[in-house]
Amino acid sequence: MNVSPDLDARFRAAALAEGLVDVRYDLVDSPVGELFVASTARGLCRISYTVGGQEEELARRFGIRVLRVPLDEVRRELDEYFEGERRSFELSLDLRVTAFNEAVLGELARVPYGHLDTYGSLAARVGRPGAARAVGSVMNRNPIPIVLPCHRIVGADGSLTGYAGGLAVKRALLELEGALLAT
Amino acid sequence: MMAPVAIPPFESFYAEHRGAVLGYLRRMLGPAAEDAWQETFLRALRAYDRLEHADHLRAWVFTIATRVALDELRRAAHGVPLGDALPEREAPEPQGFAYGELAHLTGSLPPTERAAVVLRYGYDLAYAEIGAALGSSVDAARAATSSGVRRLRRNLERQP
Repeated sequence: MNVSPDLDARFRAAALAEGLVDVRYDLVDSPVGELFVASTARGLCRISYTVGGQEEELARRFGIRVLRVPLDEVRRELDEYFEGERRSFELSLDLRVTAFNEAVLGELARVPYGHLDTYGSLAARVGRPGAARAVGSVMNRNPIPIVLPCHRIVGADGSLTGYAGGLAVKRALLELEGALLAT
Repeated sequence: MMAPVAIPPFESFYAEHRGAVLGYLRRMLGPAAEDAWQETFLRALRAYDRLEHADHLRAWVFTIATRVALDELRRAAHGVPLGDALPEREAPEPQGFAYGELAHLTGSLPPTERAAVVLRYGYDLAYAEIGAALGSSVDAARAATSSGVRRLRRNLERQP
């Protein structure tokens, strides 16, 4: 028997209101493809360019009570960003990463909209000059891309290197921010 | 030895069982099913992070639904006994029972018989699982099912 969308939505809202959800997620359309976004009671904990099969990983890290519930605030800020109307995010974040990763991601968050920085420079700013490779690995595993702007980090020679969403997405984000000329 | 099945994220559990549980509660409660359905999944969610394994999740959620439904029927009866005490004697498995033809009459059964018949023939639960859902023994679950089937047949014969 089909559960009506209205009944389904009422259950999800009631579950959230009662504080029974460890981590909720939603899918958000964007110009760079559909995004999987997730949040705990503490804040945004995941943005992924891979939309399928994320629930198990969320369950392991944040708790088994995973439920799809609209994330209107996240959707709104992302929409504004992609429309060019938002240059920084006000969402609270739930990182749960190691101290080194947290320090690197904290510095990353300070790289301004439309600016480029390098792996080596981030490493130096967390007091680990020479740890550019380790910083690269933190960027690779960035749990909240776009909001934590690892797309702004490039190689010492200015090459785009890599990106979870693919280099075309990295280039598109930098063009949106005016950091690269559209090609 | 098979590895224990990991407990699925709640969303997967919910997506798999929500429709069947709603169908069951409609048989049990009619129009009052929607509130009971929501209460069932809220109770499941409240207990979900304390589950120790993923065995019998389907029977587990039907057990919750049965308790919610019987509570609702008792509440609606304003404390008047429902007159549906479980028979404790052994009863044979009903033979040649066509549930599909009689399902629409299950609303005429006393609540525990209704639950037993619908769980057994509508949702294929084992008698042990039905017993757990009703808070009774396996034998009592089998007897309630059998008694419910006999009553359904009588009710069918009485139909004009």
